[in-house]
Amino acid sequence: METAAKSRFVVSGAPHARGGDSTREIMLDVIIALLPAAVMAAFYFGFDAALLMVIGGASALLFEILWNLAVKKPAVPGDLSAVVTGLLLAFNLPPNAPFWLPIVGSLFAIVVVKQLFGGLGQNFLNPALAGRAFLMASYPAIMTDYLAVMPNQFEGITSATPLQYIKANPDAQILSSDLLTAFIGQKYGVLGETCAVALLLGGLYLILRRVVNWRVPFFYLATVAALSYALGRAGSPVYDLLTGGVMLGAFFMATDFATSPVTPAGKVIFGVGCGALTMIIRTFSGAYPEGVSYSILLMNLTVPLIDRWTRPKTFGKGKAA
Amino acid sequence: MLFVRTFKNGVHPSDQKKATMKKPIRIILPEKGSEVVYPMQQHLGAPAKPVVASGDRVLLGQRIAEMGGRVSSPIHASVSGVVSAIEPRLTPTGLVSQSVIIENDGLMLEDKSLATREDWRSLSREEIIDIVRDAGVVGLGGAGFPTHIKMSPPDYTKIDCFIVNAAECEPYLTSDYRVLIEETDRLLEGVEVMLGVFPNAEAVIAIETNKMEAVNRLSALVKRNPRVDVVPLYTKYPQGAEKQLINAVTGRVVPKGGLPADVGVVVNNADTVIAVHRSVVRGRPLMRRIVTVSGGAVMNKGNYKVRIGMPISGLIEATGGFREEPAKVLCGGPMMGFAMYDLDAPIIKTSSAIVALTEREARLPEQSGCIRCGKCVEHCPMGLMPLELNKFAIAADYGKFEEYDGSSCIECGCCTYICPAKRHLAQSIKTAKRLARSR
Repeated sequence: METAAKSRFVVSGAPHARGGDSTREIMLDVIIALLPAAVMAAFYFGFDAALLMVIGGASALLFEILWNLAVKKPAVPGDLSAVVTGLLLAFNLPPNAPFWLPIVGSLFAIVVVKQLFGGLGQNFLNPALAGRAFLMASYPAIMTDYLAVMPNQFEGITSATPLQYIKANPDAQILSSDLLTAFIGQKYGVLGETCAVALLLGGLYLILRRVVNWRVPFFYLATVAALSYALGRAGSPVYDLLTGGVMLGAFFMATDFATSPVTPAGKVIFGVGCGALTMIIRTFSGAYPEGVSYSILLMNLTVPLIDRWTRPKTFGKGKAA
Repeated sequence: MLFVRTFKNGVHPSDQKKATMKKPIRIILPEKGSEVVYPMQQHLGAPAKPVVASGDRVLLGQRIAEMGGRVSSPIHASVSGVVSAIEPRLTPTGLVSQSVIIENDGLMLEDKSLATREDWRSLSREEIIDIVRDAGVVGLGGAGFPTHIKMSPPDYTKIDCFIVNAAECEPYLTSDYRVLIEETDRLLEGVEVMLGVFPNAEAVIAIETNKMEAVNRLSALVKRNPRVDVVPLYTKYPQGAEKQLINAVTGRVVPKGGLPADVGVVVNNADTVIAVHRSVVRGRPLMRRIVTVSGGAVMNKGNYKVRIGMPISGLIEATGGFREEPAKVLCGGPMMGFAMYDLDAPIIKTSSAIVALTEREARLPEQSGCIRCGKCVEHCPMGLMPLELNKFAIAADYGKFEEYDGSSCIECGCCTYICPAKRHLAQSIKTAKRLARSR
């Protein structure tokens, strides 16, 4: 309408107010929530581990900027999602990984998994986990060298990660002291996953800030606990919750917006599916003691279907008019 | 004591009511010699048809336009003067509507048909509905649905609940609150009129808990009346949306595509009940309404009793003008109000507020890509998936849009409000609804 050009005031459609957090604030909250686990990783595994995390976040941001330049978008992204991806990828590396490893992983995660599929919100796989899977397939020896760095102040089994140990010794006695060390993170593993209590705190922060919905982590953890109990696994069910990548996966990986369902019922199904696949891989796979990443990646693929099947009921629908 | 009720989902925008809540209603009259503008379309339904001609002398309260169809409403002069023109004018909702323009002679000479009815209690149900219809009463909350249609459901004996909507969940607005505080007696008498029309109904006055003074005051007054109850509602937007309100108060669910009467309920806004009272008891047609004038750019924020047809520029001037040039001026509140091109449009029956926002208040963030956080789904009071509807709207896929119940959207704006990517969800869904309908 021609009046628009002559209008004295700004004219736009309602609503004229905006509230809630921005994408940037949400991503900042995720970074804040990851800090306790990052600090504990540095404490247990030393300076090189800290450097790996910094390189992971920085290289992911750099690749996002380079991509933006290549496709002629504003160079510096308005959100911090690339930093979150890079940091999460570094969390999945063994503590002695070479410094080029997070860079290669970030390149794959940001360019191939995220940007080639349309960027933030459009990727169908979790970029950090797909990056990890890529590194796992390309550099299996480096990626599974969990035992190279002994955690600070560690006293315990030095021949295996907790999950490797109970895979080899299904009838092992898990003592309450083992549960405690698993809870505070004195155990072998990739650098971001070991300190369960730090991840739990970060996860609760995200739920209280309403950044992530409680459904996915709750049903993920509940399913892991229930199946651990049902399958009669060593130290069940607490040991399964505190070891491996379950805490990291349930709170930070499975809750990735782009690759998890948006519907309330969908989140429940997704959480249960992740938990069930994790426990199936942990218990029944021949070689893998751990199944968090692959179970989440597999569930990522089901998200469009889950969302379609779990559409919320429109208010008033199905009532006789 | 009172059990606070609510509906599912919704958002919590800053209510911005403090600035005008305590401001008593002040009467404002159009200046002598000024233009008063009556668009023929200021209600839902067919536009009214002028029954006066250019040059005619008209009196205050005289009917100047008749109903243009079954769902329509007549319009009355709110001043006395001379019809200076009948021509298309812009309404505050951005619509161009044929309008009767009266030059106000400032004398306020009343039409002799205006007379108080001492005997209103002996009127029949049909007579009351006819009076309300002929007085041009429509829903003053915003939609402008003709009130006499609401009063005539297929089977009026099945209406067991009459709700006075005083939720006033839109930020900035306090006009209904002032009505509750200042016109309490007339409101309760209006409720009595409505209960006469619905003999099997009980009345519920529904008020959000951010207006406890009104809750307490009315609760005390209706304590001994078995047919009237006051229900406090949790302060949440859109608590006053008809379907959400009915669900909160009665637990009933209005079917998709249905009306409140389908579940035995009739809802009227508080100021509408006052208009019903004025038409039936005082014999006066709808000629004025309460308007909240607020926003950072306004000099004197407050609540004003304004003649329908008074140009908004005149209203702003009469209240003391602007503190600074506003960047955006809304007719209505920030969640569902209309942004206006200029101030030439008049106050119409549905204009609950004029909110003039400063540059800072009007500034909106840029939109970015959807991150699929699902907050729009989580907060939609209608249980829709705004992110999907937005996709279908952009792709002009109206088949999918309908499959996902796009037409059930009540346009409350919660999705746009809450979206972290600041996407224009409600705006595109609204547009798609109209395009899908006109296909």
